[in-house]
Amino acid sequence: MTKFTKDHEYITADGTVGITPYAQEQLGDIVYVELPKVGQKLKAGDEAAVVESVKAASEIYSPVSGTVTAVNDALSGEPGLINSSPETDGWIFKLALDNPSELDGLMDADAYAQLTA
Amino acid sequence: MADQPADDLKTVVLNHKHVSLGGRMVPFSGYSLPVQYPAGIIAEHKWTREHAGLFDVSHMGPSFLVLDNKSGDSEADHAAVAEVVEPLICGDIKGLKPGQIRYTLLLNEEGGTYDDLMIARPAAAGWGGALYIVVNAGTKEEDFQRIATAALGQATLNRSDHCALLALQGPEAAAVIDAIVPAAAELGFMHYASFDWRDTKLVISRSGYTGEDGFEILVDPEHAAAFWDTLLADNRVKPIGLGARDSLRLEAGLPLYGHDLDETISPVEAGLNFAISKRRREAADFPGAQRILAELGGVLERVRIGLTVEGAPAREGAAILDQYGAEIGVVTSGGFAPTLSRAIAIGFVPPDHAAPGTRLQVLVRGKTQAAEAVATPFVPHRYVRKASK
Repeated sequence: MTKFTKDHEYITADGTVGITPYAQEQLGDIVYVELPKVGQKLKAGDEAAVVESVKAASEIYSPVSGTVTAVNDALSGEPGLINSSPETDGWIFKLALDNPSELDGLMDADAYAQLTA
Repeated sequence: MADQPADDLKTVVLNHKHVSLGGRMVPFSGYSLPVQYPAGIIAEHKWTREHAGLFDVSHMGPSFLVLDNKSGDSEADHAAVAEVVEPLICGDIKGLKPGQIRYTLLLNEEGGTYDDLMIARPAAAGWGGALYIVVNAGTKEEDFQRIATAALGQATLNRSDHCALLALQGPEAAAVIDAIVPAAAELGFMHYASFDWRDTKLVISRSGYTGEDGFEILVDPEHAAAFWDTLLADNRVKPIGLGARDSLRLEAGLPLYGHDLDETISPVEAGLNFAISKRRREAADFPGAQRILAELGGVLERVRIGLTVEGAPAREGAAILDQYGAEIGVVTSGGFAPTLSRAIAIGFVPPDHAAPGTRLQVLVRGKTQAAEAVATPFVPHRYVRKASK
């Protein structure tokens, strides 16, 4: 089940992290993405990536602790994938979770929907 | 994305239009203004470069400086009102022809810049002894105070910033204006005049800050919505937010006050030598003349440059390094150029690092990225260089 942070990242059951449709809408046109490195260890809340819109740079935080197992290299050439399909082709990185129970501390889809209502 | 701005923000006359068009309203210079519409900054930017973009710049400071006691001799009255403002600026206002607009700078005694602004002489002889002055939003209270104080007992400054000031910019702007106010399409670049439209008058100038041909139109509050709607009814026109206005002016290499110009930066450092009029240089009769004339003679510590940047955009405040890693300057405006699909920036460096082709670096989030000094504009200007009829 996909979970959500108050900073508008999502993490799917297989550890795929990205930003929500609401977040991409708020940021506007994404023009550059700085990706983490495969193998990088992250704690929950660590800065994992940077997403740049025309106007500003926004940090993307790791929703939980884990090790980066893959990054979406397609974003280097086509950062706008985050705008057009944030939940599919616009994913940012994948994590191997240190402790899956950390997911329990995140919001479910209903709670996130209320946050952005 | 609240429809109602925070209490301390002012709204422009056309606020309701921006909200109903889905504009994302943000605080800007004390006003609530649309940073973008649903199309988004890149689409809005490209539309302006290809068609005609409509911008609401009513937060800026349009005003008219009017001589208190006119003689009735248009030339003498123009000379008299020019003498009121010239001590504040480095431009030749006396020498303006009827209808001509000049880009100039309000300077402090140290030769730094209080603001950049437009000053224009009315086209109609009956308006001799008046000047149309448009200053920036962020500095308008201080600017108006300075001008009004200098004019005390000689001329009166009438603010028009309760009106709507719209900018129509892009290669199709002239055709759009021609269908609505045909006579205005005949204006030469950097000229303005007053035109009848319905039962009001529009003050229209052929000018702008995007690098494209275009017009800026001052319209009274009662007619603003009808005029806005009339422009948008033309399918060549789309509303454009302040986000694209910024990326357009950045590509055009135009300085933005408060970023690329401030009270410490001189016109020479900013590469605005053209705005220091010949007559004023020879007379050395403007604020900060000692420093500015020395800089024109070659004594210069830093100059404004354009940079192309590899990788992530280098934003305002990013350090500029030489190719060996020594910090030599700072980015004052930077971002993504939609027309070029790459990061570009404006910044200041010592003159010996300013030549186009000089290899530089920028520091972004603690990492160096390659950059290069380049000539500006980044995207060629497409002003219409025809004489006014």
